Amino acid sequence: MSTQLRADGLLATIDPEIASRLVTRRDAIAKGAATSGLVMAGLRLGTVPAALAALSTSAFGQSRLPTTVIGVLNFALVLEYLEAEFYNRGVAATGLIPAADRTIFTTIQGHENTHVEYLKTTLGASARPKPTFDYSYGNGSGTGPFADVFTNYNTFKAVAQAFEDTGVRAYKGQAATLLPYKDVLQAALTIHSVEARHAAEIRRLRGNFGDNEPNQGWITRAITDIPGTEAVYAGEDNLIQGGVDVSTITPVAAKELTEAFDEPLTMAQVLAIVDPFIV
Amino acid sequence: MSTTLDTHTREAGRDSQGVSFERRNFLRNAGLAGAAIALAGCAGTTTELTAPAKSGDPQGAVIGPNGEITLDFSSDIDVLNYAYALEQLEAAFYVTVATNAAFGTIFAANEQRVLLDIRDHEVAHRDFFAAALGSAKIPNLTPVFTAINFADRTSVLQTAKTFEDLGVSAYNGAARFIKDAGYLGLAGKIVSVEARHASTIRDLLNNRSGDFAPNAFDAGNTPQVVLTAAKPFIVQSITVINA
Repeated sequence: MSTQLRADGLLATIDPEIASRLVTRRDAIAKGAATSGLVMAGLRLGTVPAALAALSTSAFGQSRLPTTVIGVLNFALVLEYLEAEFYNRGVAATGLIPAADRTIFTTIQGHENTHVEYLKTTLGASARPKPTFDYSYGNGSGTGPFADVFTNYNTFKAVAQAFEDTGVRAYKGQAATLLPYKDVLQAALTIHSVEARHAAEIRRLRGNFGDNEPNQGWITRAITDIPGTEAVYAGEDNLIQGGVDVSTITPVAAKELTEAFDEPLTMAQVLAIVDPFIV
Repeated sequence: MSTTLDTHTREAGRDSQGVSFERRNFLRNAGLAGAAIALAGCAGTTTELTAPAKSGDPQGAVIGPNGEITLDFSSDIDVLNYAYALEQLEAAFYVTVATNAAFGTIFAANEQRVLLDIRDHEVAHRDFFAAALGSAKIPNLTPVFTAINFADRTSVLQTAKTFEDLGVSAYNGAARFIKDAGYLGLAGKIVSVEARHASTIRDLLNNRSGDFAPNAFDAGNTPQVVLTAAKPFIVQSITVINA
């Protein structure tokens, strides 16, 4: 299926007036000038994934998505599949999430499923199928360290935090690869910051909103209080930004400096982290 | 308020020639393709940053006779200056919040920890951009905080929410103008921290609701939209061209 067909198929799902604008303003879209307004239109209509997918695909006209973009988006799709099914199962698990916290998780659940739909729509026939997951982190054994993830709320919250913080680092690590593809870059970044919002909320929830270390919205040094997630936080204690030790250019203390800059992970690092979740 | 947004309390490090070493290292290591670094020959001067060697690129922000600032987004330097302007605004806001006499009474202990941490993060971002830009940086901006009641918890948190969401949308929308992968990576390291702030502030306003992340996709606003929103809080006029 060509990207043009996919884009047109998407447009058919959008309000005709908006669809018309999407088509007639394609030149403007190509320059990025209309992106924000179109996304806002999508937000109002609840069709953000479709609107963004149309933007992403329209940038490539009749041609297929570049192989580089397909690779990055399929990588993101694996992570979003992993998150979406995790929250779907968690929200559906009787007695797992206390009533007071359900809104937090249904909110995140909705976002992750929307991200999946956006990526699948953008990738079209190139979208990879959803893997089978083992949320115990046991490579399919079901007996990994998080075996009680859907019966023990503390485990569930801990795995949620690890997913969100990993997701932030994963998207961040792909920004440079997407640099030439401006619309896709922007779409990825607008997901990236939402994952960071999720991460902050879950981190704080785990500390019952006391905002005591390490259960703050931000990552202090490379600290984790979740056994087995060291790789998720490795390198977050970096103080060298743009080749400069930032502790030499500001009075801000090293602890807060490590919090002030989130760090990327490479695709290989992320895949190594999530591998035991994938059967 | 007449204080400037830039409240550095520490001199930048200098080498034996008086050259600001951290910025020199920054430029070398950030991989700014084509960047020319002209070291001034005499002690006491600072490293001069020139924009990437591309025909027609500006040498940094243009400052008008009345202090009005024009940022040219065809240059990465001015995209960084745009970020620097927003970080100046955020840092000044949280410094003002934390030094207000009411700070210790209107905020609970956990909220104070949050706001002091965010203040430090924003000051770090501001100082980082100042060091990175060196002599190419825009002047210190003058904030206008008259509409904010710093003795009122809701006024402070609502303003913080506005600034953090604006910051997230600004980075998300400006990334497409950045040409250098190193600079893009640095913006990425900062924007997710701004998003963590936004989430936290929103939760302080409406705990355990879905407000921490109101949409599946954050906004990516154009600099024009962002600067229109920021305009009431900054004395200096800032205009972006080529974006």
